[in-house]
Amino acid sequence: MRFERRERPSAALTLLAPLGAIASALAMAGALIALAGANVAEAFGLILQGAFGSRLGITETLTRATPLILTGLAAAVAFRARLWNIGGEGQFYMGALAVAAFGLVPGLAGAPAPVAVLVCLVAGALAGMALLLVPVVLKLRFGSDEVVTTLLLNFVAILFVSMMIEGALRDPLAFGWPQSVPVPDAALLPQLVERSRLHAGLLIALAMAVAVWWVQERTVFGMRTRAAGLNARAAAFAGVPLGRTLVLVGCLSGGLAGLAGAIEVMGVKGYVTTDLSPNYGYSGIVIAMLAALHPIGVIGAALFSAVIFVGADSMSRALGVPSYIADVTVALSLLTMLVALFLVQYRVRR
Amino acid sequence: MTRVLELREITKRFGATLANDAVSLHLDRGEIVALLGENGAGKTTLMSILFGHYTADAGSVRVEGEALPPGQPRAAIRAGVGMVHQHFALAANLTVLDNVMTGTEPLWRLRSDRSGARARLAALAERFGLKVDPDARVADLSVGERQRVEILKALYNDARILILDEPTAVLTTQEAERLFATLRDMAAKGLSLIFISHKLHEVMSASDRVVVLRGGRVVAERATRDTSREELAELMVGRAVDRPVRPPATPGPVLLEARDVAVAGKGGASLKGIGFALRAGETLGIIGVSGNGQTTLAEVVSGVLAPASGTLTVRGAPLAPGVRQAISAGIGRIPEDRHAEGVLGDMTTWENAVLERIWSPDFSRRGIVRRGAARAAAARILRDYDVRGARVDGRVRLLSGGNMQKLILGRVLEAAPDILVAAQPSRGLDEGAIAGVHRRLIEACARGAGVLLISEDLDEVIALADRIRAIVGGRLSPAIPAERADAGLLGLMMAGDWRAAEGIEAEERGAAHAL
Repeated sequence: MRFERRERPSAALTLLAPLGAIASALAMAGALIALAGANVAEAFGLILQGAFGSRLGITETLTRATPLILTGLAAAVAFRARLWNIGGEGQFYMGALAVAAFGLVPGLAGAPAPVAVLVCLVAGALAGMALLLVPVVLKLRFGSDEVVTTLLLNFVAILFVSMMIEGALRDPLAFGWPQSVPVPDAALLPQLVERSRLHAGLLIALAMAVAVWWVQERTVFGMRTRAAGLNARAAAFAGVPLGRTLVLVGCLSGGLAGLAGAIEVMGVKGYVTTDLSPNYGYSGIVIAMLAALHPIGVIGAALFSAVIFVGADSMSRALGVPSYIADVTVALSLLTMLVALFLVQYRVRR
Repeated sequence: MTRVLELREITKRFGATLANDAVSLHLDRGEIVALLGENGAGKTTLMSILFGHYTADAGSVRVEGEALPPGQPRAAIRAGVGMVHQHFALAANLTVLDNVMTGTEPLWRLRSDRSGARARLAALAERFGLKVDPDARVADLSVGERQRVEILKALYNDARILILDEPTAVLTTQEAERLFATLRDMAAKGLSLIFISHKLHEVMSASDRVVVLRGGRVVAERATRDTSREELAELMVGRAVDRPVRPPATPGPVLLEARDVAVAGKGGASLKGIGFALRAGETLGIIGVSGNGQTTLAEVVSGVLAPASGTLTVRGAPLAPGVRQAISAGIGRIPEDRHAEGVLGDMTTWENAVLERIWSPDFSRRGIVRRGAARAAAARILRDYDVRGARVDGRVRLLSGGNMQKLILGRVLEAAPDILVAAQPSRGLDEGAIAGVHRRLIEACARGAGVLLISEDLDEVIALADRIRAIVGGRLSPAIPAERADAGLLGLMMAGDWRAAEGIEAEERGAAHAL
């Protein structure tokens, strides 16, 4: 068996391949559900019902998708330029922590709501940027591998958050629980739907996806980013400033991940703990790959992943199938998607 | 004569292109067959099928009467077929002995029999006159020596049939002669060889029989002694192609001048104090054996690499390093490697057409790409430069080498540069495309641009250049006028013997003063 590159992948194939990938991932997940002793059709029905079947289900799914869209975008923009930012998780936490620190800044806590929200969002983005700029500069100066440095910085960031919320930012009223001081009310994001957790962060995330798409497609920076990612040598020959482009991409990527953390605190939690993120940063990587790095595709991939997680939660309560099935399903869909994308580019010959 | 190899009715299709169309070929023991054809004629595809890299759509391969299972390089090796690739498949960080032994021992063997291997390698080297130090690291070897290692590797695997893909592409004239002497000797000792080439003179001098491929088909087969260069040229191209002829030049003022430029290049190809002047309306040809600093020189003049010392001036003003600065100063750049440097295969035609000038107000405003203008510029290039098979929104990857080069020429010449740096502009192109490139270069020169032509193709440089310098070990030889160039003199210059060239340069300078 061997692979040959297709001259021109057909449009139908390009569209059908991701659907086929999702279908086969669900089929494999179905086999696992059957192994766990549950009725597969019933389980999938319950997943869909859990995610879409009620007002609560829908708002929870969208709430869950919000940070995933942003961390997915963070990974997608970086990967486009071949900057392997695995540090979304750490940047997410730094963004969250920056918002918590806002409450302690004298004078700002009493600011009017729009100003407070804006300052917090910017602070979160800047914190995420700052954390990613360290590995980017190390890569440019010393050629250190950013996969390693960004990954390890995740642990540094989470330990730093832990130190802060048990120290300087500790909430004295939390009965000794390690959590940060609450974010002032002025900095909280407005609810989108009454009696739900869904907040205006979703709109910010959607706007960011469109903005990132526009930047990549229409600006000189976006064109240079793609060029640098596709072929650094040819990009350099065409005069693309590789270092500067990489730094800007790092700012964008880290900023988006930091924004995700800030929004999660301002929209859902209201304070920072070390279990704020069920691996949103790492899931962002999966979502970016599922979306084939396309910013608009990231929205769809984040929704898919949110549906699986929220739906599987309620399904597992009803049927006793462990909710890990959600992680397995998303992981399987990533694998099948990678295979599908490969098969779009190559044909199999015997 | 025993028939050792027989390819019967091999057909191979890639998408819409028929790379091999019912090609049949045989090889007898002790024979050297040349497989002659232009780029894209299907030579490499045919040999890749023989060696099992590709599977044929139809047809069979028989080695010494036994059918070879398709698609299995290992089976080919076991049957005694060895392949010497154009781009060597050697691990640069290992020694010669390691490279030769790689893949010859079973994986589960705990100890490798190095002393036995060393003895066998020494015996082979002795028998075929392929001298090479078994303990040298491949990275430290010259290109000619690396090729010897490749051949030894094939022989070590008991190859009785040896296939060489464009073996002289990277060799000097002298190294090529030595190689062919070795090949003759090997044939006399009972090996059978096929070498792929598009160079007529080496086919005429080194082969017993010539098989000419054109458009994927065998168009002729001749015993070498019964044919001529002229006949082969016509068979290979299928029509008479005339390369354009350069009109006499009337050099104007100095456009580009390098003084004592030094810079460390990749892979040791550093420039060590280079100086030259390029005048308006003239073509300065830089010849030399691959790896002597050509790439670095092109990179420096293209603005990709900043000189460590020395100065570059354009019309007397110093040239700041940087691609944008070079282009702004009126330098048009045709890169040495189209695929790796010239274009981004997965970007669209219009993006490739404008990327290097995207900063210009023509193509962007306040950081936003002017897509309409960029598309229009690309469409103009596709039309005016006859780029076939390209769509403005299509990916460049799908273009043939010749059309890719037309696109690059188009985007460079559209900006009407005063100075044109053309590095290996016709490498890998077929005769028709080469003639097109040459025509464009001559036109640019005629309208007053200075052309710096860096090329390893001597015929090209003699045809296009007004003055010729050789680059050897990062230094430039004296310049000689093209009229006084002959193969012997150029060979000496490329080998670093510049006494004759110095004399000619001094004479010319004297003559110029006398005028």
